Amino acid sequence: MTRQMTGAEMVIQALIDQGVDTIFGYPGGAVLPIFDELFQQEEVRHILVRHEQGAGHAAEGYARSTGKVGVALATSGPGATNMVTALTDALLDSIPMVCITGQVPTTLIGTDAFQEADTVGITRPCTKHNWLVRRIEDLPGILHEAFRIATTGRPGPVLVDIPKNIQFQTGTYENCKGKALTQYHPAVKAPDAAIREAVELMAAAKKPILYTGGGVINAGPKAVALLRDFVKMTGFPITSTLMGLGAYPSSGKNWLGMLGMHGTYEANLAMHDCDVMVCVGARFDDRITGRIDAFSPNSKKIHIDIDPSSINKNVVVDLPIVGDVGQVLEDMIAAWNARKPVQDKAAHAAWWKQIDGWRAKKCLTYRPSAEAIMPQYALERLHALTKDRDTYITTEVGQHQMWVAQYYGFEEPNRFMTSGGLGTMGYGLPAAIGTQLAHPGALVIDVAGDASIQMNIQELSTAVQHNAPVKAFILNNQYMGMVRQWQQLLHGNRLSHSYVDSQPDFVRLAEAYGAVGIRCSKPSELDDAIEEMIRIDRPVLFDCHVVSLANCFPMIPSGKAHNEMLLGADVSDEEIETAIGTAGKVLV
Amino acid sequence: MMIVAGQSQSAYFLEEELPSTERSHTLSVLVDNEPGVLARVVGLFSGRGYNIESLTVSEIEHASHMSRITIVTTGRPPVISQIMHQLGRLVPVHKVINLTWAGDALERELALVKVAGKGEIRDEALRLAQAFNARIVDATLDSYVFEITGAPADIDRFVGLMKECGLVELARTGLAALARGKAGI
Repeated sequence: MTRQMTGAEMVIQALIDQGVDTIFGYPGGAVLPIFDELFQQEEVRHILVRHEQGAGHAAEGYARSTGKVGVALATSGPGATNMVTALTDALLDSIPMVCITGQVPTTLIGTDAFQEADTVGITRPCTKHNWLVRRIEDLPGILHEAFRIATTGRPGPVLVDIPKNIQFQTGTYENCKGKALTQYHPAVKAPDAAIREAVELMAAAKKPILYTGGGVINAGPKAVALLRDFVKMTGFPITSTLMGLGAYPSSGKNWLGMLGMHGTYEANLAMHDCDVMVCVGARFDDRITGRIDAFSPNSKKIHIDIDPSSINKNVVVDLPIVGDVGQVLEDMIAAWNARKPVQDKAAHAAWWKQIDGWRAKKCLTYRPSAEAIMPQYALERLHALTKDRDTYITTEVGQHQMWVAQYYGFEEPNRFMTSGGLGTMGYGLPAAIGTQLAHPGALVIDVAGDASIQMNIQELSTAVQHNAPVKAFILNNQYMGMVRQWQQLLHGNRLSHSYVDSQPDFVRLAEAYGAVGIRCSKPSELDDAIEEMIRIDRPVLFDCHVVSLANCFPMIPSGKAHNEMLLGADVSDEEIETAIGTAGKVLV
Repeated sequence: MMIVAGQSQSAYFLEEELPSTERSHTLSVLVDNEPGVLARVVGLFSGRGYNIESLTVSEIEHASHMSRITIVTTGRPPVISQIMHQLGRLVPVHKVINLTWAGDALERELALVKVAGKGEIRDEALRLAQAFNARIVDATLDSYVFEITGAPADIDRFVGLMKECGLVELARTGLAALARGKAGI
């Protein structure tokens, strides 16, 4: 079925054919024809943001909470450059995203025309792939291929840059959904030999551990179910990266908590002491490994990843398995059941006993306060009062983000949207809006810091306009908390420019935007205030005043190994100041 | 070792132990000849801090719009392996072959060498050019331009000698390389 239509019509038609119901964007000169088509149809809903970066993060939140592709639309020049942070964020966290940008007409490209930027040049290193469409004949194929590339293999952002004259030209449209335009076909099935070898290693393990990541969630609900079966089948303890939280329920008995720089004592010590490590859809990021030459020194490492370049990139592994996590887990479960291995029960019991010893440290303990709200307490209460609801959490970046990972237990995947790889302050509020629009009846909370929330605060206006009743729960300590913590650790407590003076009055700011503001500074009033926030069916800024100098522990200081953690309860100021050695100081 | 887009990476799973010393490697990369493909490859090298010693690119199949990029880079085997996998995941890349690992590959380069001088030094330049099988492609009363084709090391030697014979300037094409034997890429 082919039809004649303009380039702008093709964009909308391709979105419809791809099943896209919501896109996030901002108009401008070079995308006016596409906005004109948007105006004349009702199948695709356009969410007008206040800044293109917001559109990008909203598309990310939409994508991560649904498993579908997030779509963003922006104009040429500044529209496209404002999108760069969101694209890079999606690339590092493997979020499927299609970004469509307008471009100056082909006849003006290269003339430094008004709002001209080399968008494909600028976004080449921050997209999985991108195109500048030079001919109307190429447009339908490229639009559909963009979706295929964004979603297959390791997901990522794809950008299609469309000059304005191409948007006006008429050509032949064909729905070529799923038809490959390029030779990109990543392998999903791993070799049987690798699967068998992995089963042998796991069967013989005495101190095994599963280390899982965002790849499990990206692989979809089936992969998540298989992971849970896999844990049940093997009895292995399981830990996860920030991006993988929720794939295994935090209430599950094999759960050790998050690992890495701000991971739990038990997760990091188990990683350090294990004899077989099964890494599933994670990438041995530096936040996870700590000092690389002391990382899990005595283990055989199995690494399951769909991206061959992730393997041996940071940590040399013994058994790489390149394939889709869901497919590989399915094959491994089948191979395990066929072999019916006899596990060393005594060794496993001893391993769990050791783990229980580490758990007994209760590394997430903090000093409670009756006068002021401890940030950890605020998150414990938020969790307690929202866990039985249909709740989605997003975060900004910093201490509050790590406290969410530590104190907010996730039971299901796709419930936690956060900027892991890039660490983008300003991600959480637009991501919450994208999430809320995908799940209209749900409770969507952006846990924020007082600094981060101001990086994309303008999107509150988007939330009000589109009736997205998101809640920004701000842990307000008047500092860029994580920056301050590092200054304390690294720079003799000289708090250079990390104190946020002349903060806005968040309550009045919310009101100015047409949202609702709530302030709370007493532990005794916190529960009621949170309940009130939940009850309000409008966007809310919740200004939660917490103690200003709390630090985020446990922590593996830069340049240190997993078994050199700082724990919160017993750490002295002197220990904090000398925690990072000379070599660690140059690390981030 | 070869990385083929879309095929199982079993060769990777069975990757053999390789010597751990740093040395130069010749990579042959088969790509779609589309706008920006060279920028993607070069950007990958600069963005991830890899080194390019030589780079040649030209279309090799007009009908299917395929180009071959030949890159000489230096690194220890894990780095080279990482470079190959990073190249392999670029969408327009069809295949990445390490010709150095594949064995004794054929490597050829062309150079144009301009020398100027009179008398004895001019005669010496001519004699050396004959010994290296270099062709004269331009001559004036006081200059020559030689064309020489050969392995890069041979060209290095010839150029080194020409420095003593009035070398004025030099243009080199970079490497063209193929594996020996009947198998194709």
